[in-house]
Amino acid sequence: MEFTTMLVRTAFATTFDVAPIVGVLFVFQIAVLRRQVPNLRRILRGFVYVLLGLTLFLVGLEEALFPIGETMVRQLTAGALAAPDSAGVRWDDYLMVYAFAAAIGFAATVAEPSLIAVALKAEDVSGGTIGAQGLRVAVAVGVATGVALGCLRIVTGTPLPWYIVAAYAVVILQTFRASRTIIPLAYDSGGVTTSSVTVPVLAALGLGLAASVPGRSPLIDGFGLIAFASVFPIITVLGYSTAVSAIARVRSAKTGR
Amino acid sequence: MWGRNLTMLGRRIADALRDIAPIIIVIAFFQIVVIRQPFPNLVGVALGLVCVVAGLAIFVQGLKLGLFPLGEALAQAFVNKGSAVALLAFAFCLGFGATVAEPALIAVGNEAAEVAAEAGAIDDSDDARAGYAFRLRLVVALSVGLAIVLGVLRILRGWPLHRLIISGYVLVTVMTLFAPAEIIGVAYDSGGVTTSTITVPLVTALGVGLASSLKGRNPMLDGFGLIAFASLTPMIFVLAYGMVS
Repeated sequence: MEFTTMLVRTAFATTFDVAPIVGVLFVFQIAVLRRQVPNLRRILRGFVYVLLGLTLFLVGLEEALFPIGETMVRQLTAGALAAPDSAGVRWDDYLMVYAFAAAIGFAATVAEPSLIAVALKAEDVSGGTIGAQGLRVAVAVGVATGVALGCLRIVTGTPLPWYIVAAYAVVILQTFRASRTIIPLAYDSGGVTTSSVTVPVLAALGLGLAASVPGRSPLIDGFGLIAFASVFPIITVLGYSTAVSAIARVRSAKTGR
Repeated sequence: MWGRNLTMLGRRIADALRDIAPIIIVIAFFQIVVIRQPFPNLVGVALGLVCVVAGLAIFVQGLKLGLFPLGEALAQAFVNKGSAVALLAFAFCLGFGATVAEPALIAVGNEAAEVAAEAGAIDDSDDARAGYAFRLRLVVALSVGLAIVLGVLRILRGWPLHRLIISGYVLVTVMTLFAPAEIIGVAYDSGGVTTSTITVPLVTALGVGLASSLKGRNPMLDGFGLIAFASLTPMIFVLAYGMVS
Protein backbone atom coordinates (compact mmCIF):
# COMPACT_ATOMS: atom_id res chain seq x y z
CA MET A 1 0.00 0.00 0.00
CA GLU A 2 1.15 3.53 0.70
CA PHE A 3 4.18 2.39 2.64
CA THR A 4 5.43 0.15 -0.18
CA THR A 5 5.06 2.87 -2.81
CA MET A 6 7.00 5.22 -0.60
CA LEU A 7 9.72 2.63 -0.13
CA VAL A 8 10.02 2.10 -3.88
CA ARG A 9 9.96 5.83 -4.60
CA THR A 10 12.66 6.58 -2.03
CA ALA A 11 14.76 3.68 -3.32
CA PHE A 12 14.58 5.15 -6.83
CA ALA A 13 15.35 8.66 -5.58
CA THR A 14 18.37 7.47 -3.58
CA THR A 15 19.69 5.47 -6.52
CA PHE A 16 19.18 8.47 -8.78
CA ASP A 17 21.15 10.70 -6.38
CA VAL A 18 24.06 8.29 -6.43
CA ALA A 19 23.96 7.77 -10.20
CA PRO A 20 26.31 10.70 -11.05
CA ILE A 21 28.88 9.54 -8.48
CA VAL A 22 28.73 5.96 -9.72
CA GLY A 23 29.06 7.27 -13.28
CA VAL A 24 32.18 9.28 -12.40
CA LEU A 25 33.71 6.31 -10.56
CA PHE A 26 32.95 4.00 -13.48
CA VAL A 27 34.37 6.30 -16.17
CA PHE A 28 37.61 6.95 -14.28
CA GLN A 29 37.99 3.29 -13.44
CA ILE A 30 37.60 2.20 -17.08
CA ALA A 31 39.27 5.09 -18.89
CA VAL A 32 41.99 6.32 -16.53
CA LEU A 33 42.95 3.82 -13.86
CA ARG A 34 42.37 0.66 -15.93
CA ARG A 35 43.08 -1.63 -13.04
CA GLN A 36 40.86 -4.08 -11.25
CA VAL A 37 39.60 -2.74 -7.91
CA PRO A 38 40.59 -5.12 -5.11
CA ASN A 39 37.64 -6.91 -3.49
CA LEU A 40 35.25 -5.60 -6.13
CA ARG A 41 32.43 -7.94 -5.13
CA ARG A 42 32.66 -6.95 -1.48
CA ILE A 43 32.65 -3.25 -2.41
CA LEU A 44 29.62 -3.70 -4.63
CA ARG A 45 27.84 -5.51 -1.83
CA GLY A 46 28.74 -2.63 0.48
CA PHE A 47 27.33 -0.15 -2.04
CA VAL A 48 24.06 -2.08 -2.17
CA TYR A 49 23.95 -2.07 1.66
CA VAL A 50 24.53 1.68 1.73
CA LEU A 51 21.69 2.31 -0.72
CA LEU A 52 19.34 -0.11 1.01
CA GLY A 53 20.20 1.19 4.47
CA LEU A 54 19.79 4.82 3.49
CA THR A 55 16.47 4.10 1.80
CA LEU A 56 15.06 2.32 4.84
CA PHE A 57 16.41 5.04 7.12
CA LEU A 58 14.84 7.88 5.12
CA VAL A 59 11.50 6.12 4.68
CA GLY A 60 11.40 5.37 8.40
CA LEU A 61 12.11 9.00 9.28
CA GLU A 62 9.50 10.21 6.82
CA GLU A 63 6.97 7.73 8.20
CA ALA A 64 7.69 8.00 11.90
CA LEU A 65 9.39 11.17 12.95
CA PHE A 66 9.02 14.02 10.46
CA PRO A 67 5.21 14.21 10.65
CA ILE A 68 5.30 14.39 14.46
CA GLY A 69 8.16 16.88 14.33
CA GLU A 70 6.29 19.18 12.00
CA THR A 71 3.11 19.04 14.07
CA MET A 72 5.14 19.78 17.19
CA VAL A 73 6.85 22.79 15.64
CA ARG A 74 3.43 24.12 14.66
CA GLN A 75 1.94 23.54 18.10
CA LEU A 76 4.92 24.96 19.96
CA THR A 77 5.13 28.12 17.88
CA ALA A 78 1.36 28.58 17.98
CA GLY A 79 1.37 28.11 21.76
CA ALA A 80 4.01 30.80 22.10
CA LEU A 81 1.98 33.08 19.91
CA ALA A 82 -1.02 32.78 22.21
CA ALA A 83 1.08 34.21 25.06
CA PRO A 84 -0.61 37.24 26.71
CA ASP A 85 1.84 39.81 25.41
CA SER A 86 0.32 41.37 22.33
CA ALA A 87 2.33 44.59 22.23
CA GLY A 88 4.99 43.01 20.06
CA VAL A 89 7.21 40.01 19.70
CA ARG A 90 9.24 39.34 22.80
CA TRP A 91 12.12 36.96 22.54
CA ASP A 92 11.29 35.22 25.81
CA ASP A 93 7.80 34.22 24.61
CA TYR A 94 9.53 31.47 22.71
CA LEU A 95 11.66 29.81 25.40
CA MET A 96 10.03 26.43 24.76
CA VAL A 97 10.83 26.74 21.05
CA TYR A 98 14.53 27.33 21.78
CA ALA A 99 14.57 24.36 24.14
CA PHE A 100 12.93 22.17 21.53
CA ALA A 101 15.28 23.46 18.82
CA ALA A 102 18.36 22.66 20.90
CA ALA A 103 17.04 19.23 21.88
CA ILE A 104 16.05 18.21 18.36
CA GLY A 105 19.28 19.65 16.90
CA PHE A 106 21.30 17.54 19.34
CA ALA A 107 19.24 14.40 18.74
CA ALA A 108 19.21 14.70 14.95
CA THR A 109 22.98 15.18 14.87
CA VAL A 110 23.64 12.09 16.98
CA ALA A 111 21.66 10.07 14.42
CA GLU A 112 23.29 11.69 11.36
CA PRO A 113 24.82 8.93 9.17
CA SER A 114 27.52 11.18 7.59
CA LEU A 115 28.76 12.20 11.01
CA ILE A 116 28.90 8.56 12.08
CA ALA A 117 31.08 7.90 9.02
CA VAL A 118 33.52 10.74 9.74
CA ALA A 119 33.69 9.90 13.45
CA LEU A 120 34.49 6.24 12.69
CA LYS A 121 37.21 7.33 10.29
CA ALA A 122 38.66 9.81 12.80
CA GLU A 123 38.79 7.21 15.55
CA ASP A 124 40.48 4.82 13.15
CA VAL A 125 43.05 7.34 11.86
CA SER A 126 43.89 8.81 15.27
CA GLY A 127 44.46 5.33 16.66
CA GLY A 128 41.70 5.85 19.21
CA THR A 129 42.94 9.12 20.74
CA ILE A 130 39.85 10.80 19.31
CA GLY A 131 36.83 8.79 20.37
CA ALA A 132 33.97 8.51 17.90
CA GLN A 133 31.37 9.04 20.64
CA GLY A 134 33.07 12.08 22.18
CA LEU A 135 33.43 13.71 18.79
CA ARG A 136 29.81 13.11 17.92
CA VAL A 137 28.58 14.51 21.22
CA ALA A 138 30.80 17.60 20.80
CA VAL A 139 29.39 18.17 17.32
CA ALA A 140 25.82 17.63 18.55
CA VAL A 141 26.30 20.18 21.35
CA GLY A 142 27.51 22.63 18.68
CA VAL A 143 24.47 22.03 16.52
CA ALA A 144 22.16 22.38 19.53
CA THR A 145 23.70 25.74 20.49
CA GLY A 146 23.69 26.94 16.90
CA VAL A 147 20.10 26.00 16.20
CA ALA A 148 18.81 27.55 19.44
CA LEU A 149 20.65 30.79 18.63
CA GLY A 150 19.34 30.59 15.07
CA CYS A 151 15.77 30.44 16.39
CA LEU A 152 16.49 33.40 18.66
CA ARG A 153 17.68 35.27 15.57
CA ILE A 154 14.47 34.46 13.68
CA VAL A 155 12.34 35.66 16.61
CA THR A 156 14.31 38.87 17.15
CA GLY A 157 14.83 39.52 13.44
CA THR A 158 18.50 40.45 13.86
CA PRO A 159 20.75 40.16 10.79
CA LEU A 160 22.23 36.71 10.08
CA PRO A 161 25.78 37.91 9.18
CA TRP A 162 26.36 39.36 12.66
CA TYR A 163 26.05 35.94 14.23
CA ILE A 164 27.93 33.99 11.58
CA VAL A 165 30.81 36.47 11.30
CA ALA A 166 31.11 36.58 15.10
CA ALA A 167 31.25 32.77 15.12
CA TYR A 168 34.00 32.90 12.46
CA ALA A 169 35.97 35.25 14.68
CA VAL A 170 35.71 32.78 17.57
CA VAL A 171 36.80 29.92 15.28
CA ILE A 172 39.83 31.91 14.11
CA LEU A 173 40.87 32.72 17.69
CA GLN A 174 40.45 29.08 18.74
CA THR A 175 42.44 27.87 15.73
CA PHE A 176 45.54 29.63 17.01
CA ARG A 177 45.24 27.94 20.39
CA ALA A 178 44.09 24.44 19.39
CA SER A 179 46.36 21.47 18.78
CA ARG A 180 47.25 21.12 15.11
CA THR A 181 45.90 17.62 14.73
CA ILE A 182 42.30 18.48 15.61
CA ILE A 183 41.93 21.50 13.30
CA PRO A 184 41.19 19.72 9.99
CA LEU A 185 38.71 17.39 11.67
CA ALA A 186 37.00 20.28 13.44
CA TYR A 187 36.62 22.21 10.18
CA ASP A 188 35.19 19.11 8.51
CA SER A 189 32.70 18.53 11.29
CA GLY A 190 30.96 21.76 10.34
CA GLY A 191 30.03 20.43 6.93
CA VAL A 192 29.07 16.89 7.83
CA THR A 193 26.47 17.73 10.42
CA THR A 194 23.96 18.88 7.91
CA SER A 195 22.81 15.89 5.89
CA SER A 196 19.85 13.60 5.57
CA VAL A 197 18.38 14.02 9.07
CA THR A 198 19.29 17.53 10.10
CA VAL A 199 18.49 19.46 6.91
CA PRO A 200 14.79 18.50 6.68
CA VAL A 201 14.31 18.95 10.44
CA LEU A 202 15.92 22.40 10.42
CA ALA A 203 14.12 23.49 7.26
CA ALA A 204 10.75 22.63 8.82
CA LEU A 205 11.72 24.38 12.05
CA GLY A 206 12.98 27.57 10.37
CA LEU A 207 10.08 27.91 7.97
CA GLY A 208 7.49 27.07 10.65
CA LEU A 209 8.92 29.55 13.12
CA ALA A 210 9.33 32.35 10.59
CA ALA A 211 5.77 31.82 9.40
CA SER A 212 4.28 32.01 12.89
CA VAL A 213 6.24 34.94 14.36
CA PRO A 214 4.48 38.18 13.43
CA GLY A 215 6.54 40.42 11.18
CA ARG A 216 8.82 37.63 9.89
CA SER A 217 8.67 36.26 6.39
CA PRO A 218 9.44 32.56 5.88
CA LEU A 219 11.17 33.42 2.62
CA ILE A 220 13.60 35.94 4.06
CA ASP A 221 13.94 34.87 7.70
CA GLY A 222 13.46 31.11 7.27
CA PHE A 223 16.98 30.70 5.94
CA GLY A 224 20.04 30.58 8.14
CA LEU A 225 19.51 27.67 10.54
CA ILE A 226 21.70 25.39 8.42
CA ALA A 227 24.42 28.04 8.47
CA PHE A 228 24.24 28.16 12.27
CA ALA A 229 24.36 24.36 12.43
CA SER A 230 27.49 24.28 10.26
CA VAL A 231 29.57 26.88 12.12
CA PHE A 232 28.95 26.15 15.79
CA PRO A 233 30.17 22.52 15.74
CA ILE A 234 33.61 23.82 14.70
CA ILE A 235 33.69 25.87 17.90
CA THR A 236 32.57 23.01 20.15
CA VAL A 237 34.93 20.44 18.58
CA LEU A 238 37.90 22.80 18.98
CA GLY A 239 36.75 23.53 22.54
CA TYR A 240 36.31 19.82 23.28
CA SER A 241 39.85 19.05 22.16
CA THR A 242 41.28 21.90 24.22
CA ALA A 243 39.34 20.66 27.25
CA VAL A 244 40.49 17.06 26.74
CA SER A 245 44.14 18.03 26.48
CA ALA A 246 43.86 20.38 29.46
CA ILE A 247 42.41 17.57 31.58
CA ALA A 248 45.15 15.22 30.39
CA ARG A 249 47.79 17.82 31.32
CA VAL A 250 46.35 18.26 34.82
CA ARG A 251 46.23 14.47 35.31
CA SER A 252 49.79 13.91 34.17
CA ALA A 253 50.98 16.80 36.33
CA LYS A 254 49.33 15.15 39.33
CA THR A 255 50.61 11.63 38.71
CA GLY A 256 53.82 12.63 36.99
CA ARG A 257 55.98 13.04 40.09
CA MET B 1 31.01 -17.24 8.82
CA TRP B 2 27.27 -16.87 9.32
CA GLY B 3 27.65 -16.79 13.09
CA ARG B 4 30.14 -13.94 12.83
CA ASN B 5 27.88 -12.03 10.45
CA LEU B 6 24.99 -12.40 12.86
CA THR B 7 27.02 -11.11 15.82
CA MET B 8 28.13 -8.21 13.66
CA LEU B 9 24.55 -7.48 12.67
CA GLY B 10 23.50 -7.62 16.31
CA ARG B 11 26.18 -5.12 17.27
CA ARG B 12 25.21 -2.77 14.42
CA ILE B 13 21.56 -2.88 15.47
CA ALA B 14 22.51 -2.13 19.09
CA ASP B 15 24.60 0.85 17.89
CA ALA B 16 21.76 2.09 15.69
CA LEU B 17 19.31 1.88 18.58
CA ARG B 18 21.67 3.96 20.71
CA ASP B 19 22.03 6.52 17.87
CA ILE B 20 18.29 6.87 17.42
CA ALA B 21 17.40 6.94 21.13
CA PRO B 22 17.93 10.72 21.61
CA ILE B 23 15.45 11.59 18.83
CA ILE B 24 12.82 9.30 20.29
CA ILE B 25 13.36 10.67 23.79
CA VAL B 26 13.18 14.31 22.66
CA ILE B 27 10.03 13.82 20.62
CA ALA B 28 8.32 11.71 23.27
CA PHE B 29 9.23 14.21 26.02
CA PHE B 30 7.91 17.25 24.17
CA GLN B 31 4.85 15.38 22.96
CA ILE B 32 3.86 14.00 26.36
CA VAL B 33 5.19 16.57 28.86
CA VAL B 34 5.09 19.88 27.01
CA ILE B 35 2.37 19.65 24.38
CA ARG B 36 0.44 17.00 26.34
CA GLN B 37 -1.11 15.26 23.39
CA PRO B 38 -1.39 11.55 22.70
CA PHE B 39 0.86 10.09 20.03
CA PRO B 40 -0.86 10.07 16.67
CA ASN B 41 -0.71 6.89 14.55
CA LEU B 42 1.32 4.79 16.96
CA VAL B 43 1.55 1.74 14.70
CA GLY B 44 2.93 3.77 11.81
CA VAL B 45 5.47 5.42 14.11
CA ALA B 46 6.63 2.07 15.47
CA LEU B 47 6.98 0.62 11.95
CA GLY B 48 8.91 3.70 10.87
CA LEU B 49 11.27 3.41 13.83
CA VAL B 50 12.02 -0.22 12.97
CA CYS B 51 12.92 0.94 9.44
CA VAL B 52 15.16 3.73 10.79
CA VAL B 53 17.09 1.38 13.08
CA ALA B 54 17.46 -1.36 10.46
CA GLY B 55 18.42 1.20 7.82
CA LEU B 56 21.12 2.80 9.95
CA ALA B 57 22.58 -0.61 10.89
CA ILE B 58 22.73 -1.72 7.23
CA PHE B 59 24.17 1.66 6.16
CA VAL B 60 27.07 1.49 8.62
CA GLN B 61 27.83 -2.09 7.56
CA GLY B 62 27.83 -0.89 3.92
CA LEU B 63 30.22 1.95 4.80
CA LYS B 64 32.77 -0.48 6.16
CA LEU B 65 32.35 -3.00 3.35
CA GLY B 66 31.98 -0.63 0.42
CA LEU B 67 32.48 3.12 0.61
CA PHE B 68 35.56 3.28 2.87
CA PRO B 69 37.55 0.58 1.02
CA LEU B 70 36.51 2.08 -2.32
CA GLY B 71 37.71 5.57 -1.39
CA GLU B 72 41.01 4.16 -0.13
CA ALA B 73 41.46 1.90 -3.17
CA LEU B 74 40.90 4.87 -5.47
CA ALA B 75 43.39 7.02 -3.58
CA GLN B 76 45.94 4.22 -3.77
CA ALA B 77 45.31 3.69 -7.48
CA PHE B 78 45.75 7.39 -8.29
CA VAL B 79 48.95 7.59 -6.26
CA ASN B 80 50.32 4.53 -8.07
CA LYS B 81 49.42 6.04 -11.40
CA GLY B 82 51.28 9.19 -10.40
CA SER B 83 49.31 11.59 -12.60
CA ALA B 84 48.23 14.69 -10.68
CA VAL B 85 46.13 15.87 -13.63
CA ALA B 86 44.04 12.67 -13.64
CA LEU B 87 43.56 12.91 -9.87
CA LEU B 88 42.48 16.55 -10.00
CA ALA B 89 40.11 15.87 -12.89
CA PHE B 90 38.62 13.02 -10.87
CA ALA B 91 38.32 15.29 -7.82
CA PHE B 92 36.42 17.88 -9.82
CA CYS B 93 34.04 15.36 -11.38
CA LEU B 94 33.37 13.73 -8.02
CA GLY B 95 32.50 17.04 -6.35
CA PHE B 96 30.43 18.30 -9.25
CA GLY B 97 28.63 14.99 -9.82
CA ALA B 98 27.81 14.48 -6.17
CA THR B 99 26.33 17.95 -5.79
CA VAL B 100 24.43 18.62 -8.97
CA ALA B 101 21.70 16.05 -8.18
CA GLU B 102 21.62 16.64 -4.42
CA PRO B 103 17.94 16.86 -3.36
CA ALA B 104 18.59 19.25 -0.46
CA LEU B 105 20.29 21.61 -2.89
CA ILE B 106 17.40 21.37 -5.37
CA ALA B 107 15.00 22.32 -2.56
CA VAL B 108 17.14 25.27 -1.45
CA GLY B 109 17.55 26.41 -5.06
CA ASN B 110 13.79 26.53 -5.56
CA GLU B 111 13.28 28.48 -2.35
CA ALA B 112 16.04 30.88 -3.34
CA ALA B 113 14.30 31.51 -6.65
CA GLU B 114 11.12 32.39 -4.74
CA VAL B 115 13.06 34.84 -2.59
CA ALA B 116 14.68 36.42 -5.63
CA ALA B 117 11.33 36.79 -7.39
CA GLU B 118 9.79 38.33 -4.25
CA ALA B 119 12.66 40.79 -3.97
CA GLY B 120 12.28 41.74 -7.63
CA ALA B 121 15.73 40.51 -8.62
CA ILE B 122 14.20 38.31 -11.35
CA ASP B 123 10.82 38.25 -13.13
CA ASP B 124 8.05 36.57 -11.19
CA SER B 125 7.38 33.87 -13.79
CA ASP B 126 7.83 30.10 -13.69
CA ASP B 127 10.45 30.25 -16.45
CA ALA B 128 12.54 32.90 -14.74
CA ARG B 129 12.36 31.09 -11.42
CA ALA B 130 13.26 27.69 -12.89
CA GLY B 131 16.18 29.24 -14.77
CA TYR B 132 17.44 31.00 -11.66
CA ALA B 133 17.19 27.82 -9.55
CA PHE B 134 18.99 25.78 -12.20
CA ARG B 135 21.83 28.30 -12.59
CA LEU B 136 22.23 28.45 -8.83
CA ARG B 137 22.53 24.65 -8.69
CA LEU B 138 25.20 24.72 -11.40
CA VAL B 139 27.10 27.43 -9.53
CA VAL B 140 27.06 25.43 -6.30
CA ALA B 141 28.03 22.16 -8.04
CA LEU B 142 30.89 23.97 -9.81
CA SER B 143 32.07 25.42 -6.50
CA VAL B 144 32.05 21.99 -4.82
CA GLY B 145 33.99 20.51 -7.75
CA LEU B 146 36.61 23.25 -7.36
CA ALA B 147 36.58 22.77 -3.57
CA ILE B 148 37.56 19.10 -3.88
CA VAL B 149 40.24 20.04 -6.44
CA LEU B 150 41.65 22.67 -4.08
CA GLY B 151 41.44 20.24 -1.15
CA VAL B 152 43.28 17.49 -3.05
CA LEU B 153 45.87 19.99 -4.24
CA ARG B 154 46.38 20.98 -0.62
CA ILE B 155 46.98 17.36 0.37
CA LEU B 156 49.46 16.92 -2.50
CA ARG B 157 51.34 20.10 -1.61
CA GLY B 158 50.94 19.94 2.16
CA TRP B 159 49.57 23.48 2.52
CA PRO B 160 48.27 24.28 6.02
CA LEU B 161 44.50 24.03 6.03
CA HIS B 162 43.70 26.78 8.52
CA ARG B 163 45.27 29.56 6.43
CA LEU B 164 43.11 28.66 3.43
CA ILE B 165 39.93 28.30 5.46
CA ILE B 166 40.48 31.51 7.43
CA SER B 167 41.12 33.40 4.18
CA GLY B 168 37.83 31.96 2.98
CA TYR B 169 36.04 33.26 6.08
CA VAL B 170 37.50 36.71 5.55
CA LEU B 171 36.42 36.62 1.91
CA VAL B 172 32.87 35.60 2.89
CA THR B 173 32.73 38.42 5.43
CA VAL B 174 33.91 41.04 2.94
CA MET B 175 31.57 39.78 0.21
CA THR B 176 28.62 39.88 2.63
CA LEU B 177 29.05 43.65 2.86
CA PHE B 178 28.54 44.03 -0.87
CA ALA B 179 26.09 41.25 -1.71
CA PRO B 180 22.34 41.93 -2.07
CA ALA B 181 20.54 41.24 1.23
CA GLU B 182 18.19 38.56 -0.15
CA ILE B 183 21.00 36.26 -1.30
CA ILE B 184 22.88 36.17 2.03
CA GLY B 185 20.66 33.65 3.83
CA VAL B 186 20.65 31.36 0.79
CA ALA B 187 24.42 31.66 0.38
CA TYR B 188 25.17 30.88 4.03
CA ASP B 189 22.87 27.86 3.98
CA SER B 190 24.21 26.55 0.67
CA GLY B 191 27.48 25.62 2.36
CA GLY B 192 25.75 23.12 4.60
CA VAL B 193 23.47 21.40 2.14
CA THR B 194 26.06 20.28 -0.38
CA THR B 195 27.59 17.41 1.52
CA SER B 196 25.35 14.39 1.23
CA THR B 197 25.43 11.13 3.13
CA ILE B 198 27.10 9.18 0.32
CA THR B 199 29.62 11.86 -0.64
CA VAL B 200 30.96 12.47 2.87
CA PRO B 201 32.26 8.92 3.53
CA LEU B 202 33.67 8.58 0.03
CA VAL B 203 35.44 11.95 0.06
CA THR B 204 36.73 11.43 3.61
CA ALA B 205 38.13 8.00 2.72
CA LEU B 206 39.70 9.49 -0.41
CA GLY B 207 41.42 12.27 1.54
CA VAL B 208 42.65 10.00 4.31
CA GLY B 209 43.74 7.40 1.73
CA LEU B 210 45.72 10.02 -0.22
CA ALA B 211 47.40 11.37 2.88
CA SER B 212 48.34 7.86 4.03
CA SER B 213 49.77 6.80 0.65
CA LEU B 214 51.81 9.94 0.03
CA LYS B 215 55.23 10.25 1.64
CA GLY B 216 55.53 12.98 4.24
CA ARG B 217 51.78 13.44 4.72
CA ASN B 218 49.99 12.70 7.95
CA PRO B 219 46.44 11.31 7.58
CA MET B 220 45.22 13.21 10.65
CA LEU B 221 46.77 16.56 9.62
CA ASP B 222 46.36 16.33 5.86
CA GLY B 223 43.67 13.72 5.26
CA PHE B 224 40.75 15.64 6.71
CA GLY B 225 39.67 19.00 5.38
CA LEU B 226 38.07 18.18 2.03
CA ILE B 227 34.56 18.58 3.46
CA ALA B 228 35.58 21.90 5.01
CA PHE B 229 36.39 23.24 1.54
CA ALA B 230 33.17 21.81 0.13
CA SER B 231 31.13 23.73 2.68
CA LEU B 232 33.03 27.00 2.28
CA THR B 233 33.33 27.55 -1.49
CA PRO B 234 29.56 27.37 -2.18
CA MET B 235 29.08 30.39 0.11
CA ILE B 236 31.66 32.39 -1.83
CA PHE B 237 30.29 31.37 -5.22
CA VAL B 238 26.64 31.97 -4.34
CA LEU B 239 27.47 35.42 -2.92
CA ALA B 240 29.35 36.17 -6.14
CA TYR B 241 26.39 34.89 -8.16
CA GLY B 242 24.08 37.20 -6.24
CA MET B 243 26.37 40.16 -6.88
CA VAL B 244 26.68 39.48 -10.60
CA SER B 245 23.06 38.67 -11.46
